[in-house]
Amino acid sequence: MTIATRPRGETRAADRSPVTRSERFRRATRWWPALPLVVLFLVPYSALPLPGLLDGPIGSPGNLQLLSLCLVFGALATGYDLLLGRTGLLSFGHALYFAAGTYVTNTIMLEAGLPFAVSASLGLLAGVALSALLGAVSLRVTGIGFSMVTLAFAQAASILVQRDPGGVTGGEEGRAAPAGKLPAALVGIEHTANLYWVALAYLVVVLLVVQCSVRSPTGRVWEGIKENERRVEVLGLRPYGFKLTAFVLAGTLAALGGIVHLLLTGGATPQTTTSDFTLSLLVMVVLGGSGTRWGPLAGGILFTWADHRLGDLSGSGAVTGLPAVLRVPLSQPLFLLGALFVAVIYLLPGGLVRLPARLRAARTSRAATGGKAVRTP
Amino acid sequence: MSTVVLLALTGLGLGALYFLVASGLSLIFGLMDVLNFAHGALMSVGAYGTWWAASGHVPGAGPGGAGFALAVVFGTAVGTVAAVLLELAVIRPLYARPREQILATVGVGLAVPALLSAIWGADARPFPGPEALSGTVGLLGAEVPLNRLVLIAAALVVLAALRVFLGRTRHGLVVRAGVEDRAMVTALGIDVRKAFTLVFAIGGAAAALGGAIGGLYFGSVDPEQGTSLLIFAFVVVVMGGMGSLTGAALTSVAVGLVQQFANYYTTAGLGDLAVVVLLAALLLVRPRGLTGRLA
Repeated sequence: MTIATRPRGETRAADRSPVTRSERFRRATRWWPALPLVVLFLVPYSALPLPGLLDGPIGSPGNLQLLSLCLVFGALATGYDLLLGRTGLLSFGHALYFAAGTYVTNTIMLEAGLPFAVSASLGLLAGVALSALLGAVSLRVTGIGFSMVTLAFAQAASILVQRDPGGVTGGEEGRAAPAGKLPAALVGIEHTANLYWVALAYLVVVLLVVQCSVRSPTGRVWEGIKENERRVEVLGLRPYGFKLTAFVLAGTLAALGGIVHLLLTGGATPQTTTSDFTLSLLVMVVLGGSGTRWGPLAGGILFTWADHRLGDLSGSGAVTGLPAVLRVPLSQPLFLLGALFVAVIYLLPGGLVRLPARLRAARTSRAATGGKAVRTP
Repeated sequence: MSTVVLLALTGLGLGALYFLVASGLSLIFGLMDVLNFAHGALMSVGAYGTWWAASGHVPGAGPGGAGFALAVVFGTAVGTVAAVLLELAVIRPLYARPREQILATVGVGLAVPALLSAIWGADARPFPGPEALSGTVGLLGAEVPLNRLVLIAAALVVLAALRVFLGRTRHGLVVRAGVEDRAMVTALGIDVRKAFTLVFAIGGAAAALGGAIGGLYFGSVDPEQGTSLLIFAFVVVVMGGMGSLTGAALTSVAVGLVQQFANYYTTAGLGDLAVVVLLAALLLVRPRGLTGRLA
């Protein structure tokens, strides 16, 4: 972008003031993400109602909880896109590293009685170790084989968790986190705002890590691997190490997300270990726009919000009054999300974030053909 | 001895169920490079179609005798139609975008079970099987449930039919050639797209038949049944080598047997784990699967 704008500025350099003004404007607008961040930070203080979007004022504990989940899943999808959108690795086992963060942290608190900070560090470490080990194994195969091996490992872990070995994981019930071991400021409905800020902090961390790593030299190699892995090899680089770096980084961010999710929901549930969980991450990324900065975040927020609100919608009077042909499919959030997903793939390649650009392009091409139609007669 | 016979036959029955799902999955993947995540949904459609017909909604079909056979035919037909619709409406428009084809099947795989549970509820429904198939039969000193034998027989019939179709007919020749080298077949001026639809129809029919007879095996139908079997079908396809029918048949048997024996001789649930470990080990030794096909 700098390359594109600077020469244009220099040709007009006879008068220096427009250059510095545009330069200053450009520098100022580069920090625009700070504005939504401040807005997001202030959300718990707001009592503004968002009719249709949320039930009641934004700052109420229930809405804060939902917003926190939206932020966590937006961040999680952003981390997952490090593999799919940035390196071109289609992993079907991302749930495993998320669940490792949740379950290891929770189990150490429950069984060893260690305080939260120590347990969370160990949970994060477990995520790093597990993603390094399993990544090293599954990256030995490429293409769809890689997807299947990651799926198989995650499935094995999911079965293990549901089998409840030694009563440690709690099986299908999951296990609640011990309130006594958690920091007092993060427990209880009156501290929902603090939990929200934790979720927001996690989102900021993920966005910073992903942006910095994607812009680093390693990030450029990832892009090369995504475009054409053979060419990267020909350039004298071994893709394996770079892919493993991406895998471990994404796994670590997921484990961190698992710990935040543990705090938010107050326990570990086996649903987070299933392949459906990974598939929902995949849906979020594709919905928003894979390989873009804000796409996975937008997709994650939209998916999580829709998943929760569509459940309310199905019970509302507006739907129960409909004829059966419409009411029956509308009562299933997963049906709507699945259909929406197919529609996005089909109608919106590149996801939601590409929508404004596509609309603009459509308008200019229509204007161009319209102008021609006027001129020709 | 009788335990071993019983475990072997029930393992084979489970393997037969995996084969019914995996055979179509493997052919679709081999020909089109599409990992069909909606395949489990096709199986559920077949199961529900059969259940719906056998519950007296289709004239002549019912829970007993010839009526049940008609119900199975009806369920299989519904599954085949669903597969053809899936190919025409979802897969074909995304012809030039293989990864998006996979993602679209993920969406369908989420939506169809949700739709089924919206219409008939999320709980399992008892499956109306004929009395004659609900008993056991004495075989080498073991009392083997009859439905396992029905499954094995169905899988053998499907295997034989697919062999004849692929080996003896012109359409089969095109499909086989497409699995080997899609670009070459296209270059020869043959419309591979017709073969795509055909393979989807065949795969859908096999999966729907699996769903119909799988209903007998489980004794009930529920919307998530197909999806939970799908993971093992994936394992079978990858282990057997993508696109290989023989590989799918061999590994279905192996996976079914390993699962059944490990579940009996160790704690229950370890069989599922053993299958996954087997897959990881095999892929590390032979990344291209058992038959050396491209993974």
